[in-house]
Amino acid sequence: MSVKEYIRERYFPHMWCPGCGHGTILNSLLHAVDQLQLDKKDLVMTSGIGCSARISGYVDFHSLHTIHGRALAFATGVKLSKPELKLIVPMGDGDALAIGGNHFIHAARRNIDITAIVMNNRIYGMTGGQFSPLSGAGKKATTAPYSTIDSAFDVVKLATAAGASFVARSTAYHVLETIDILKKAINHKGFSVVEILSQCPTHYGRKNKEGNASQMLKFQKDTTAKIGSKALEKNPLLIPRGIFVDNDVPEYCQAYDEVIERAMKGRKA
Amino acid sequence: MARLKLKEHVINRDWCKGCGICVDFCPKQVLELDSKEKVIAARPEDCICCKLCELRCPDLAIEVLTDRDDKND
Amino acid sequence: MTEKIKFVQGNEACVEGALYAGVDFFAGYPITPSTEIAEVLSKRLPEKGGKFIQMEDEIASMCAIIGASLTGHKVMTATSGPGFSLKQEALGYACMAEIPCVIVNVQRGGPSTGNPTHVSQGDINQARWGTHGDHSIIALTASNHQDVFAMTVDAFNLAETYRTPVVLLFDEAVGHMREKLIVPEAGEIARVDRLRTSLGKGVDYHPYLPREDGRLPMSDFGGDHRYNVTGLFHDMWGFPSNNPKVVSGLLHHLNDKIENNVHNITRYKEHFMDDAEYILISYGSSARSAIHIATNRRARGEKMGVLELQSLWPFPEAMIREKCANAKAVLVVEMNMGQVMRHVKAAVDRPENVFLVNRIDGKLITPTDIKSLLRVIQGRGV
Repeated sequence: MSVKEYIRERYFPHMWCPGCGHGTILNSLLHAVDQLQLDKKDLVMTSGIGCSARISGYVDFHSLHTIHGRALAFATGVKLSKPELKLIVPMGDGDALAIGGNHFIHAARRNIDITAIVMNNRIYGMTGGQFSPLSGAGKKATTAPYSTIDSAFDVVKLATAAGASFVARSTAYHVLETIDILKKAINHKGFSVVEILSQCPTHYGRKNKEGNASQMLKFQKDTTAKIGSKALEKNPLLIPRGIFVDNDVPEYCQAYDEVIERAMKGRKA
Repeated sequence: MARLKLKEHVINRDWCKGCGICVDFCPKQVLELDSKEKVIAARPEDCICCKLCELRCPDLAIEVLTDRDDKND
Repeated sequence: MTEKIKFVQGNEACVEGALYAGVDFFAGYPITPSTEIAEVLSKRLPEKGGKFIQMEDEIASMCAIIGASLTGHKVMTATSGPGFSLKQEALGYACMAEIPCVIVNVQRGGPSTGNPTHVSQGDINQARWGTHGDHSIIALTASNHQDVFAMTVDAFNLAETYRTPVVLLFDEAVGHMREKLIVPEAGEIARVDRLRTSLGKGVDYHPYLPREDGRLPMSDFGGDHRYNVTGLFHDMWGFPSNNPKVVSGLLHHLNDKIENNVHNITRYKEHFMDDAEYILISYGSSARSAIHIATNRRARGEKMGVLELQSLWPFPEAMIREKCANAKAVLVVEMNMGQVMRHVKAAVDRPENVFLVNRIDGKLITPTDIKSLLRVIQGRGV
């Protein structure tokens, strides 16, 4: 099968801006799903609101484009009610961690088998370039004309602390790593979080003078390094990439099956 | 392992938005944007079939079709 | 069958009704005075292989049941005042995406945290207009446990029939009061199950194209048909569209499928309504006091009756107008500032004859409260 088999071609070209990293993330995800030879019938994509969320319309999966920040809560209902389905939940940084922050940590705590992808472009793009909880301090945005004073979350640390059993980070530049990580995340039994640094040349890049899409991608290349690499050892200020957590922990739907077993036994007794 | 041999670059001009990512990161400068800001394979003979253009394209607009070159096995 | 007779809380009667209707997925969050519904379902659902999940908040609970409905399950959540406020956005999503689900609101005093352990009927209009935008909604209510059971079964049936969220508006007094409930034998009350498409694999399925009878067959997530579900205005495939024709067509459809079926959705009970000159319109626990008064007055030969509403939305305007055509006075008995009274005034021919008997202090309306107003209306002094 080719990656085109997994998209709804009639809705292309997609609505994202030229050079948007979200398109590359879609591309990587399609390659991951294709390489895993997954059956489209088993795939459900749930998304929230924002640029990122439009991804669910383009994939030929069962797709659920929901409300802002709540994609994981909807996905929890889909997954628990039909555990044989594979849930992929791409979210923007504001979607996942501002309005959706509570659902994010609780899905991680439950370790429900969902693959959460944080498409982190550090900005609210759809509404025109307001700062997000991942912008970090000292950044320009339409709601931060004097630059931001808010600190950013570290998605990897947050997800790890909340109990996600698979946590990884890649970038839109490092496509081969992204594909490999996404394959492992999808196959992982439990809640997996993959943060993928993305670029928004239209808003974030323009406001913060980071150049065009290619220059922003080069920035991702220059400011990140693989876990365990010499580059990271030499310069700990680089953002680490790779798989940070990969634990075998009881999964929520399986645990609930045991609840059902106990309840049914109790009834018979 | 068999090396890949280029058949052709299939470019979907309706989907290409001319962002230039494929052009800028091609290790062999095979690709260019034309006067309409759409990508073209200007020097296909230099292509090493790494397919990074295909994988990085945000618009799924470029595909590198290859054959296995079994002579190099 | 003696084991079918139970002595239960109203909240438990609601659970029995939901189980009878076939609920197999519940998501909720603790809140007074509805919590017993979640507590009992956490025990009962896994016993029959169903799923219960306690979510991180009210919003998530509403979202989770919508997700579970899409995989083909009968779903419910339960809440009260503040929780009902939090659920409104996702409730609108269920209206827009046409997803069957049941939302129980056991009403307590508001606004805000209000009077959590005391009775109120202050969320009637919120059930109608709590979520933003034009839409229509079905809301049912009940005054006793047998009716709580029946209305809960009905709520599931209507949700499936019209592919829409249905709100059950109970109140704290009914929810917490204990009385007898007879659980009917299976099959005694009809059950509407999910209408699924008969189209096979490879055939272009339109999840949002109504059949001639107005119903929209569904396809479970995980089934042969992959389609898009969105809260944006969408075409017949569920793909976002802002084409003016698509937008107005969908909005008309969402309203018409309910408003054009008021006669099918309306549920009410008549107590001594033949030749009644004084009509008490009431619902929920308030109706119990109204029925008490009418029973006593009838015994004294006074022509008084009670029209007990069991469906509040869509508002049964035509039915009320007809029943009240010959009334000397209509008293709306409710525990709010006149939320239903205003709609009754708009419905009847002589709105000047419509009066409000209310309490808003967290106490039940007593027969004495109703008697006091009757004295004034009937010219028997204050």
